[in-house]
Amino acid sequence: MSAVVRERPADRAGREALERALAAWPAAAAQLPGARGTFVAKLREEALARFCASGFPTARDEDWKYTDLAALAARSFLRVPDDVQAATTEPLPHHALFDDLGGHRLAFVDGRHAPELSSIGPMPDGVRIESLAAALARDPAALETWLADTRGHSAMAALNTAFLADGALVIIPAGVEVAEPIHLVFLAATAATIQPRNLIIAGERSKCTVVEHYAGSAPAFTNALTQLFLAGGAETEYCKLQDEGERALHVGGLHVAQARGSRFGMHSVSVGAALARHDLTAVFDGEGCTAAIDGLYLAGGRQHVDHHTRIDHAQPRGTSREHFRGILDGRSRGVFNGRVVVHPGAQQSDAWLTSRNLLLSADAEADTKPQLEIYADDVKCAHGATVGQLDENELFYLRARGFDAAAARSLLTWAFARSALEGIRLTPLRAHLERACLGRLPQALPLAELM
Amino acid sequence: MQPILEIRGLEASVDDKPILRGIDLTVNPGEIHAIMGPNGSGKSTLAQVLAGRETFTVTAGHVRYLGADLLARAPEERARDGVFLAFQYPVEIAGVSNVYLLKAALNAARRHRGEPELDAMDFLALVRSKLKSMEMPDDLLYRSVNEGFSGGEKKRNEILQMALLEPRLAILDEADSGLDIDALQVVARGINALRAPERAMIVVTHYQRLLDYVVPDYVHVLSQGRIVRSGGKELAFELEARGYGWIDDAVPAAAGAR
Repeated sequence: MSAVVRERPADRAGREALERALAAWPAAAAQLPGARGTFVAKLREEALARFCASGFPTARDEDWKYTDLAALAARSFLRVPDDVQAATTEPLPHHALFDDLGGHRLAFVDGRHAPELSSIGPMPDGVRIESLAAALARDPAALETWLADTRGHSAMAALNTAFLADGALVIIPAGVEVAEPIHLVFLAATAATIQPRNLIIAGERSKCTVVEHYAGSAPAFTNALTQLFLAGGAETEYCKLQDEGERALHVGGLHVAQARGSRFGMHSVSVGAALARHDLTAVFDGEGCTAAIDGLYLAGGRQHVDHHTRIDHAQPRGTSREHFRGILDGRSRGVFNGRVVVHPGAQQSDAWLTSRNLLLSADAEADTKPQLEIYADDVKCAHGATVGQLDENELFYLRARGFDAAAARSLLTWAFARSALEGIRLTPLRAHLERACLGRLPQALPLAELM
Repeated sequence: MQPILEIRGLEASVDDKPILRGIDLTVNPGEIHAIMGPNGSGKSTLAQVLAGRETFTVTAGHVRYLGADLLARAPEERARDGVFLAFQYPVEIAGVSNVYLLKAALNAARRHRGEPELDAMDFLALVRSKLKSMEMPDDLLYRSVNEGFSGGEKKRNEILQMALLEPRLAILDEADSGLDIDALQVVARGINALRAPERAMIVVTHYQRLLDYVVPDYVHVLSQGRIVRSGGKELAFELEARGYGWIDDAVPAAAGAR
């Protein structure tokens, strides 16, 4: 018996997009920073081979069950940046520069470092906050150890690496504290394919606060990849805000490697883009690490937002706290897949993973799957997931105090969202995130009284 | 004198199960009416129907508040117009600070009355004075509404809201349940401080204990959705002495209250 396997239109479009990308690759790669013959060139080639072997993820891949990138590829976003110079340029969202945040800002427009929008203040000795392209042009070998670590990387991360060119490089030397926040902002001005590559290296016992921020109204395809390396005892407060335009597509990988006793705190907020997919991994490479991750996603209309996270307790005495909240309105869809893996021998691991979803409309959908995989016996682990609507008792209580029904609903929705942001110590940053969220909620409330 | 509340033939059900089976009650300004009765007699349902809870369906009768139809109005309209329900189980609302709720509630009522909203300074001065009288610490203002409050703090918080909103009609649903004697006295003092010639209160309670401190003008006994006995404060003592057992055998009172 024989069967003719027909290629689905989405798959064909994906294959064609891929073929176009591959055809463009040699020309593109030749122009990328990091001269021929360096490890970077080799890294790109290997990544390209990996990506070619897998292609764009499709719904047939378990990790992409709900998020079909073949359809995305069909929109043929894969063009090298030079092809889009003629495309319409959207005005830059200057409010996204967060001027009141203070500290240091490294800005990128369509994936390229924009010195005119950047502002780096005085820094302690040895601290580097700069364009990755500049660093690669100067001394590519210095970054090999970090860039070559592909643990946790998906096919999309391989695609990013194949076109590795520019992004943010942050290096905090051992024992140094950078008190001011470091704001990395990526603005999309054209319908480009933007593949920022960010590298953050936190030395032993160093301290810093980093904000990774995507904004701009252009219908761009962003495929970002960020690697963080926390040396022993390092403390990093990290924040990712995805606030892109309603026609944008965002794929973002964030991979954290933690050495002994390091502490990683994160707030992840995803409110923009037609489709957003976040892959977040943290690996405890040393004993006694802590990762505390609060996530929040808001979606309405036909937005689709997908978070896949994985925390590896590879060593003993690690603590992880991961709490995600989603608010879904309209016909939107939220996907959360969180895994915590406690490896053999990772005794006294303490893990807590929750996913809570609030559905504001009958047509919105949440697919949530927190998973614990435990291969050690002396551990404390818990997980939970909820999908529900606003609480009728709370609504009635507010109405009995004079709130009209719509205001009560919007207040409770806001309260649900805000809980995910409470832990942000930096007040102006928290205010920016709150504003980004309030702007996306069904009905705006009087800000002054709430904030 | 126009009554504050006139209830006539009020029947209400939940999921087609009748709970209130014909309530008649008139409440005049300055009066405190206690509603007593065994569990399941419909006391809390009456309180919630008056506040506008949509879980219950009113199947017959009408309610006039200050001469106008009450039941046609949304819960928030009733609240802004001076009807206040102190909840038996005050709801915890994570992420909404107590001070925000208090200020928004007060300003909603003030807007409704055509009065200017209070600014932050005036509001804080006012709420701090009320807090003090309820023996509540300032930090309760900045915590989420009722979240992590003790049972006593929740009940006090209800009375605090009432003191701030100065309703025309206060309905207190089991304001004393779960309180120790000290907290009970604070709550009772808070209620008594609001007794006023223009204000009326309906105090729903299972036990007579609260009525030792908040002395009612009238006591009504609810059983199976009807007022079966009405009398003065001495009726509460009779109930305390004899329990509710004898009530079910009693003939329903002709027309409830006067």
